This record gives sequence, structure tokens and C-alpha cells, in this order.
Amino acid sequence: MMKYFAGISWWKSLGIALLVYTFTGGILLEVPRLPQLQETIRNLYFHVCMWFAMMILFIVSVVYAIKYLRNNKLKYDIYSRQFAVVGIFFGLLGYATGVVWMSYTWADPNNASFVSYGAVLREPKLIGTAIALLIYATYLVLRDSIPDIDKKARISSVFNVFAFVFLFPMIWILPRMLPSLHPGREGNPALNTNDIDGRMRMVFYPAIVGWTLIGIWITTLKIRLKMMEENKLLAKS
Amino acid sequence: MKKKFYLTIVLAFFALQMQAQQPVVQETEMADLMRGNGKIYVVIAVMLTILAGLIGYLIRLERKMARLEKEIY
Repeated sequence: MMKYFAGISWWKSLGIALLVYTFTGGILLEVPRLPQLQETIRNLYFHVCMWFAMMILFIVSVVYAIKYLRNNKLKYDIYSRQFAVVGIFFGLLGYATGVVWMSYTWADPNNASFVSYGAVLREPKLIGTAIALLIYATYLVLRDSIPDIDKKARISSVFNVFAFVFLFPMIWILPRMLPSLHPGREGNPALNTNDIDGRMRMVFYPAIVGWTLIGIWITTLKIRLKMMEENKLLAKS
Repeated sequence: MKKKFYLTIVLAFFALQMQAQQPVVQETEMADLMRGNGKIYVVIAVMLTILAGLIGYLIRLERKMARLEKEIY
């Protein structure tokens, strides 16, 4: 098996290739012509993929947190923390892109803007995600406020599991029980084969993989940096 | 009998023509002009440039990190 391509490992090159495909195919290939959405439907390849990447990174994070709790290796706690940080980063990007998208599709140009945005701000999906992201932000604050290394790792790993458990009602369950403008309340919108056009799936699934791989790449860089820092600290003491 | 048959066919064609002349259902407005005159490629060029810049930055970080790791470990 080819391990390296152009100096970087194969999955990183795969991530790059998939993103290049997303950026060209995502703009050029045919999409369904829907009123209201029009060309903005292409945001599916970018905005929705941010949330997918976030979710996958949070899953990896909680897996490492549990791994730490099982065998007390500090390395797993560092992994867990870095995956959570990059997950939050992708979540914020998803939020920012969502703001732009909804400004052109949800906001009613006939209303005063505060009327439209007042309605938008009551979106259960937005509020739920905000709460989930804030819980993850709390995880970081809590973790970085404990000086003792072992205590820090133990408490933050437990909190990570808690944050992940809260993530589910906040972004998967509650928004589906309340009325909302946001699509995807019934079932699994992105994965349902009847819901999403076949032409779009050709770009959408590769885009998810591409964005996630880039997210993991960034995380590994952060992990390696952190490991070097820790190594230096241990050498000093 | 035969006459009636041909008449039916001819009238059926008239019916088709009538249908064709009905106003077309309004199409959703898309960026067809941009695709038509090829300006969309300019957008893609810009997007790919930004992507290349970001990826290049990641690769540089990666190399730097590998060098540092060699020094430390």
C-alpha cells in the first residue's frame, strides 16, 4: 500500500483531493432547481458538512475520554481535548455559515429585519446547538482551570462524556419535537435517500469525508504540538 | 370510418399544439447566465486558490512539526 503521496500520508492527500472535488463539482454540477433556495442549495456541501465534521470529531473525542477513564493514559486525555477543540471550531464555522445562509432564505425582505431575525433567533435548532457548544466550551474552561495533571484529566474526561450525552437531546432530539424553519426535522434528512437528490449526493458524501479528514488532520497537528510541549515540561522538572 | 380516424389524429395534433402554446411554468431563477458566459470558472479559480493557500499552510506546519519532533525525541 502506498503510504505517502507527495510527502504526506495517503488520507491527508485524500482529504485534499475530496475538497478540491467539492469546490469544483460543488459549483459546477447540476442541482435541483428549487424556489427560495435557488443556487444557495450548494451550501449543503459546506454548511452541513461543518456539522457532520463537528459531530464526528466529538464522537472521537468522547471515545478517547472513555479510553482515558479505562486505562489512565494521559495521552488519551490530550487526544480527547484536542478533538473537542477542533469540533467546537467546526461548530462555530457551521454557525457562521448558517447565519449567512438563513439571511438570504429565511429572513423575509418584506418585514423589518428585526422581525425576521426575532423569529430566526427562536429556532430550536439554533438554541439547542448553542447550548451544546457552550457545554463544550465549559469543558475547556473546566479542564484548563485544574492545575493537577491527573485530576484535570479525570474530571475533564468525565465532563466530556456528560457533554456528549447532552449533545444528543440538544441537537438531535429537542429540535425535532418543536416547530422550526430549519429543514431536517423528519427522520434523517442528510442520509435519507428519498430526501436528497441523487446528483447532490455525488458531491455531498465526498464533501463530508473531505471536511472531516481535514478536521482530523488539524487535530493531529494540535495533538503533536501538545505532546512536544508536555515532553518539554517533563524534561524540565 | 377511415376519414374519422384521420380526423381524430389531426385534431389530436391540434390539441398538442394548444398545449405547447400554454404559458410555460415559471422556472426557478438560477445562476444560468454565470454558467453560460463562463464567469463561474473565475469563482472556482478564486475558491481553489484560497483552498490551496490553506492546504499549503497545513503542509508547511506538518513539515515544521516533523522537523521539531526529530529534534526533541
